[in-house]
Amino acid sequence: MLKFDLQEMGLRKLNNALHDQKENTNQTIWEIINPKGSHAIAVGIDAPIEVNIKGSTGYYCGGMNKQAIINVKGSVGPGVAENMMSGKVVVEGDASQYAGATGHGGLLVIKGNASSRCGISMKGINIVVHGNIGHMSAFMAQSGNLVVCGDAGDALGDSLYEAKLFVRGSVKSLGADCEEKEMRPEHIELLKYLLSESECDAKPEEFSRYGSARTLYNFNIDNSDAY
Amino acid sequence: MCGIVGLFLKDASLEISLGNLLSEMLVTMTDRGPDSAGIAIYAQKESGRSKFTIQSDDSGHAFNDLHKELTKSLGCKVNVQVNNTHAVVTLDEGATNKFPEALKSINPQIRIMSLGSSLEIYKEVGLPKNVIQRFNISKMSGRHGIGHTRMATESAVTTMGAHPFNTGLDQCLVHNGSLSNHNSLRRRLRREGVHIETENDTEVGAAYLTWKMQNGASLDEALQSSLENLDGFFTFVVGTEDGFGVVRDPIACKPAVMAETDQYVAFGSEYRALVNLPEIERAQVWEPEPATVYFWKH
Repeated sequence: MLKFDLQEMGLRKLNNALHDQKENTNQTIWEIINPKGSHAIAVGIDAPIEVNIKGSTGYYCGGMNKQAIINVKGSVGPGVAENMMSGKVVVEGDASQYAGATGHGGLLVIKGNASSRCGISMKGINIVVHGNIGHMSAFMAQSGNLVVCGDAGDALGDSLYEAKLFVRGSVKSLGADCEEKEMRPEHIELLKYLLSESECDAKPEEFSRYGSARTLYNFNIDNSDAY
Repeated sequence: MCGIVGLFLKDASLEISLGNLLSEMLVTMTDRGPDSAGIAIYAQKESGRSKFTIQSDDSGHAFNDLHKELTKSLGCKVNVQVNNTHAVVTLDEGATNKFPEALKSINPQIRIMSLGSSLEIYKEVGLPKNVIQRFNISKMSGRHGIGHTRMATESAVTTMGAHPFNTGLDQCLVHNGSLSNHNSLRRRLRREGVHIETENDTEVGAAYLTWKMQNGASLDEALQSSLENLDGFFTFVVGTEDGFGVVRDPIACKPAVMAETDQYVAFGSEYRALVNLPEIERAQVWEPEPATVYFWKH
């Protein structure tokens, strides 16, 4: 295991070392201490390694991640796992705004709450939040799954494309073109898998599914007067 | 951008370290706004005395003998404690209303940064660490304080464009964000007779709150109505004699993190600003909700 004191070594040195890791690296487990809310920790990794961060981080932790498993023993600032491609990011605490934004793949798990714009413009990532999420979450989300074990804030799934949203608790309000949908057996199966991957003991049957009503997909001729 | 910090002490034993803790928090936020910085400190007040903070670019000359001239003009004992480009003036409460006019007639170049009984505001152009050093903020004590480091977007980088802005007796405002309807609101407020000095958007926000309160609103009500009448992005932190308040616009894209322990309540634009506070590992840390007014009082 490699241990990195971020306050001593600095961010550049850490991220350069992480970027040097290739497919067949032997240095598979990394520990980062004293993150102290610093930004851009463990961004842009492309190797099957495990990175354990002991403490809370700032903006963009684990952004653009490919393959790596990143565990944060604390809370994260805005944009955690932004544009993740694959791998897994697990946050023990809370996440600030736009967690998992634009993510293409992989799994983001937030064991606390996530604030506004969680999963905004997600493009294939799976996000599981054990707590609640804030307003404007999954705005223009294109594909992937957002699972919320608590409640969702205002305007959930506004202008949604084909991402699937599952909420166990209440939804304060749905955004434009987002509607509740039927839970079919394949959705229960999907939730079973995502919840077990996220160490969450919630029952799939307790969730409601929300998706796109698809009324914004094509121009509606009745609106032509507005232009 | 812009960075905001705030610290409200519950534990009186930390009061002696307030300036030091706030300074460290503000310097950490330098990346968010390196062009000017300011601090509002709520220190002990003397009973029966008012306190003004004043500023002059020519302080060496302007503050010379100022206490004598003010004493003569106001007919009460006036103290002037010079601190770099600023000075703290104390005088009998009865002379409070006459002070601005008296000061203007002695030297119209001197600006009033704050008025009240415990509030002191220090702000200048420059990096937070330089501004803090200039006024020796680290050595100051107090019960609560707020700080701001500015990255100007709406108006010029000047002393008067820096935050905090005084909004009334012992009240001040700092802002992260940008108001988009400040020109029309400034015109409206000027028509109402409100004095607005600069082209700065936050000054309009501050003047709006002052105007609301002069017309009978409480600070809480004024902040509530700011959610309706101010257009744009804002995270506001307001200081009052008893404590501080926080409000974010409904979209809430300007960041805010709070931490609370038995000893203090702290505000930071980023968690980084809070990491060196005592026992931060045990603090309850959360993000204030959008369009919600929060207050902490002693």
